[in-house]
Amino acid sequence: MAKTLYDKLWESHVVHQDEGGAALIYIDLHLTHEVTTPQAYEGLRLSQRKLHRTDKTIAVPDHNVPSTSDRMEKIDDPESRLQLETLKQNSEDFGVEYIPMDDIRQGIVHIIGPEQGLTQPGKTIVCGDSHTATHGAFGALAFGIGTSDVEHTLATQTLSMQKSKNMLVKVEGELPVGTTSKDLILAIIGRIGTAGGTGHVIEYQGDAFTNLSMEGRMTVCNMTIEGGARAGLIAPDGKTLEYLKGKPHAPKGAAWEAAVTYWQSLKTDDSAVFDKEIVIQASEIIPHVTWGTSPEDVLPITASVPAPEDFDDTDKQSGARRSLEYMGLEPGTPLDQVPVDKVFIGSCTNGRIEDLRAAAAVMKGRKVADTVTTLVVPGSGLVKYQAEEEGLDQIFLEAGAEWREPSCSMCLGMNPDFLNPGERCASTSNRNFEGRQGRGGRTHLLSPAMAAAAALTGRLTDVRTVMEE
Amino acid sequence: MDKFTVLTGVAAAIPMVNVDTDMIMPKQFLKTIKRTGLGIAAFYDMRYDENEVERPEFILNQEPFRKTKILIAGKNFGCGSSREHAPWGLLDFGIRCVIAPSFADIFYNNCFKNGILCVTLPEVQVDALTQKADGAEFTVDLDSLEITEPDGSKTSFELDSTRRHNMLNGLDDIALTLNHIDKIKAFESKQQAQQPWLYN
Ligand code: SF4
Repeated sequence: MAKTLYDKLWESHVVHQDEGGAALIYIDLHLTHEVTTPQAYEGLRLSQRKLHRTDKTIAVPDHNVPSTSDRMEKIDDPESRLQLETLKQNSEDFGVEYIPMDDIRQGIVHIIGPEQGLTQPGKTIVCGDSHTATHGAFGALAFGIGTSDVEHTLATQTLSMQKSKNMLVKVEGELPVGTTSKDLILAIIGRIGTAGGTGHVIEYQGDAFTNLSMEGRMTVCNMTIEGGARAGLIAPDGKTLEYLKGKPHAPKGAAWEAAVTYWQSLKTDDSAVFDKEIVIQASEIIPHVTWGTSPEDVLPITASVPAPEDFDDTDKQSGARRSLEYMGLEPGTPLDQVPVDKVFIGSCTNGRIEDLRAAAAVMKGRKVADTVTTLVVPGSGLVKYQAEEEGLDQIFLEAGAEWREPSCSMCLGMNPDFLNPGERCASTSNRNFEGRQGRGGRTHLLSPAMAAAAALTGRLTDVRTVMEE
Repeated sequence: MDKFTVLTGVAAAIPMVNVDTDMIMPKQFLKTIKRTGLGIAAFYDMRYDENEVERPEFILNQEPFRKTKILIAGKNFGCGSSREHAPWGLLDFGIRCVIAPSFADIFYNNCFKNGILCVTLPEVQVDALTQKADGAEFTVDLDSLEITEPDGSKTSFELDSTRRHNMLNGLDDIALTLNHIDKIKAFESKQQAQQPWLYN
């Protein structure tokens, strides 16, 4: 029978099939960070269990890590400090490789997996973090898990789970100039809704995805969870191999050749059938921005803030009413007239080198508006190093933006970077939930280029108009 | 994990769609290194105002809903992050069953790992239960897969047999999996032969 890529990845990892429908799935890579692991290690200690094996797990601190340059000397919040120390201690006690904060490889867990060559096609990858979906960009089956499953993976290197259904999102044609991978995934979520992918694994097919760089593909897969799907997948191709070759953990020599042969088999069979299919034309997608408190509340930047009555569904109407109140927005206001107080460029969605290049291209030789605080936060030490080699830090600093150390930073306010009540932020992160970036903070999701444009004008702005000037 | 057989208690309805995990458990509570004590933080921003004073209009701040054991919720409940702090908070508050038209996948799974039963029912049935959730007690029976409403009427639901069995018996997932340790090792040997680069 013809199979999808997901079917193949699933079947090649079944250790045991239960009669009740659950299967035991082998996990090839386990990424860990400080927030979702302490209780898992506590559980192991209480039950006197060890790791089944230590060579498939790696630990890195990210969520609580401050983005300021004095972060090695002091972390003011005692709870953050304790959580970070706990990760280090647990990693040492249980024999897991740990990347410390002062290591150039440190960064957001979903950025460092690919950078280190740990993320590879065909692997099953888990992490106690929903944006693990990022790694699907390599044709790996990657998904977020809760802390109990983190403990289960540490103890057994497997997970007990039910197979999801197959969903296909096909985007044909070329994205217009000024439209990026972020706009593409925002448009997809706008179309399918935050529950559109629930119970499914999404495979992305079509020129719009194959034309993207690996960085762009990671942005798309990263936000798959915002569409409710367990994981997102893009079949590996020449770009995937090119990205991986020579990375520290990528196979070398004969092993590389053997791996490549296997990786090339990882694609959906022509006649495979999906349970659900969506087709979108790339040419219709222009830069997008969110207006509400759910990633599905998204519109092209040329649109205006909708009114609750614009929606047919009564649930959606009440949701919109609540969102607009929280966001402090009046229906009918053109989106490009909405002023912002802060701009955040970073996160596991858009904290990679290509994202920083895109933002720098917009800011180069221009100045950030006086009314706006702009934070540029590289996703890892290696991204930071590369950006500085290319002089991007100077472009940001000369424009009046801040250049920070790698951290999750203002994506969620667990570290010292957050929004104050009522503050409005143009953010390249992935969630605009109420309070996500700080209690009472208002988030508009957009691409790095769009965020840079908003920094310059002090309001949400169509980046295409800035680039024309 | 505690067994789940029959649960009787007050049901509270929060009929909102897309209630996300940031609403159920805001980020400032993710810094704990413990599983317990998160009950006070559940639905924090909905329960307390900026000055940390209770909002009297929020249902879980009202009697008898302070003793809620069953939550009746809207579509796509628990969407967003993988934080298990969300179910830990519900559990610590005293909630052991959530009934909704649909759940986000990771949240759903996390609940079962902590002995919280998620019941998925068609929207009309959830709406009907919402109407009856006036503070009287409901009973959820996992053995007979039935909800008994205060007026005695019954609604049946479905659940996959593995989850039902594990919940009824309060089984430890890890111990169950370790029963298959030989299969895990056999898988590793086979995979290592076929894809040696995974074992460097
Ligand atoms: S950058 Fe944001 S979404 Fe990504 S791992 Fe960090 S907190 Fe989570």
